[in-house]
Amino acid sequence: MTQPSTSSAITVSGLTKTYATGFEALKKVDLDIRRGEIFALLGPNGAGKTTLISIVCGIVRPSTGTVLVEGHDIGRDYRVTRSLIGLVPQELTTDAFETVWATVSFSRGLFNKPADPAYVEKVLRDLSLWDKKDNKIMTLSGGMKRRVLIAKALAHEPRILFLDEPTAGVDVELRKDMWAIVRTLRESGVTIILTTHYIEEAEEMADRIGVMSKGEIILVEEKAELMRKLGKKQLTLQLREPLAAVPPALAAYNLALADDRLHLTYSYDSKADRTGITRLIDGLAESGIAFKDLSTTQSSLEDIFVDLVHRQ
Amino acid sequence: MNLRAVKAIYRFEMARTARTLMQSIVSPVISTSLYFVVFGSAIGSRITEIEGVSYGAFIVPGLIMLTLLTQSVMNASFGIYFPRFVGTIYELLSAPISFFEIVLGYVGAAATKSIILGVIILATAGFFVPLEIQHPVWMVTFLILTAVTFSLLGFIIGIWADGFEKLQIIPLLIITPLTFLGGSFYAINVLPPVWQTISLFNPVVYLVSGFRWSFYGVSDVPIGISITATMAFLAICLVVIWWIFRTGYRLKN
Repeated sequence: MTQPSTSSAITVSGLTKTYATGFEALKKVDLDIRRGEIFALLGPNGAGKTTLISIVCGIVRPSTGTVLVEGHDIGRDYRVTRSLIGLVPQELTTDAFETVWATVSFSRGLFNKPADPAYVEKVLRDLSLWDKKDNKIMTLSGGMKRRVLIAKALAHEPRILFLDEPTAGVDVELRKDMWAIVRTLRESGVTIILTTHYIEEAEEMADRIGVMSKGEIILVEEKAELMRKLGKKQLTLQLREPLAAVPPALAAYNLALADDRLHLTYSYDSKADRTGITRLIDGLAESGIAFKDLSTTQSSLEDIFVDLVHRQ
Repeated sequence: MNLRAVKAIYRFEMARTARTLMQSIVSPVISTSLYFVVFGSAIGSRITEIEGVSYGAFIVPGLIMLTLLTQSVMNASFGIYFPRFVGTIYELLSAPISFFEIVLGYVGAAATKSIILGVIILATAGFFVPLEIQHPVWMVTFLILTAVTFSLLGFIIGIWADGFEKLQIIPLLIITPLTFLGGSFYAINVLPPVWQTISLFNPVVYLVSGFRWSFYGVSDVPIGISITATMAFLAICLVVIWWIFRTGYRLKN
């Protein structure tokens, strides 16, 4: 059980969801999201990310377990919790015939906020939608529709924002724009939970990262800590002469010989007291293996993620 | 009570009506006018009075009911089905509103629209036939009750339907035949006794009969039974909707 605390934006305890089809989308999920952080939820398709978000937002009913939003139960105090949350869904689901202004104002009313044209104008300006305010949504490009969905989610001044794959199918420039928007929101104190397939997005934005796989949260970690803890470094040596096989004397290093027989790769933990590099190089010299160049690479979050999911 | 949300939904739905003015107002008025011209004037002039009412005037309540029933069902079913179809329903479900408020917004708008239509058709009928309304309060009561009840039915259909075909099928295959066979164009007592009995299983008979009574003071079934039947149907719709929201049927899997 995760203990709710005042610093928690969302506290998920023992949450499960089994759909009518028998599909177990969530298997006992515990998660604590802190106020004001950017939390990235990673995981392959079907891992349960969208189900988790949908339960917190009230779209899907949980089978068992509880969810607290700023200490309020999503079932009993649904009016409070839903007022606190804004949701940007994964799909571009918008009304075609409404204008941008009308649809954003509609969202504000739906969430029980009095009309406030000045605030709606600010949201539209921040999202570069102001000059499109009288356009019908169907005349907008996909990227602009995505912005409209964000504007709708922000219309009621939420304290927590869910972004379900905000940059799926969005070009690089717009993606950079989205990141800037998210950062601005965070600076204004909004807690942000985003799901993504793009590891670079999580690496770029998140304070903490949760990894989901097959309906379970398999890891939650500070991003920097995660990179440090699981971050492996690789040393690649470019050989002068092709090598038939790794000499038995060097077997302990677990070296990988590339197919071209000209590259040797050594994986090590960069945080260890002894990386073993010096001894490896000595060993290479003793075995008469000469190299002309060497390089090291740090594994990315993507490598870590793929590794984690595959280990399951 | 989140009245702002009810207002937002209501205004959204009314704006949709305004956008599709031709389809939603003009076309039912034209088709009803055609009924008056064909049945009321052309054929009606050769039909003798029914219970002291000229045939043209006799069919007015039935024609209003026909429009009220089909339009209420179609409006309300489309209103809730469309957000489900395009996916914008996510916003309704994640908003701080109760199911009662959702129903109030959608059913209120659908009923408003069909009441407006009913009044327009009544006014149009005044051009063709002499009208008298003996019980105006009951006339308005029946108008509102029927519009609300069938908008609730439409809401249920809009939640139940999983395709446009199902959305069309109820108004087309059930509501229209029941109305035509429900005494819109004739008094039930002109039927052979067996068919009179069968007709009593048609709920629309009670609506048309009661509504016609409010105009001319003549009815197929006693007025008390008409009111009871209408209220019973309203109650059934409310129970079904309460069940839908309690179980999350087709809304929250």
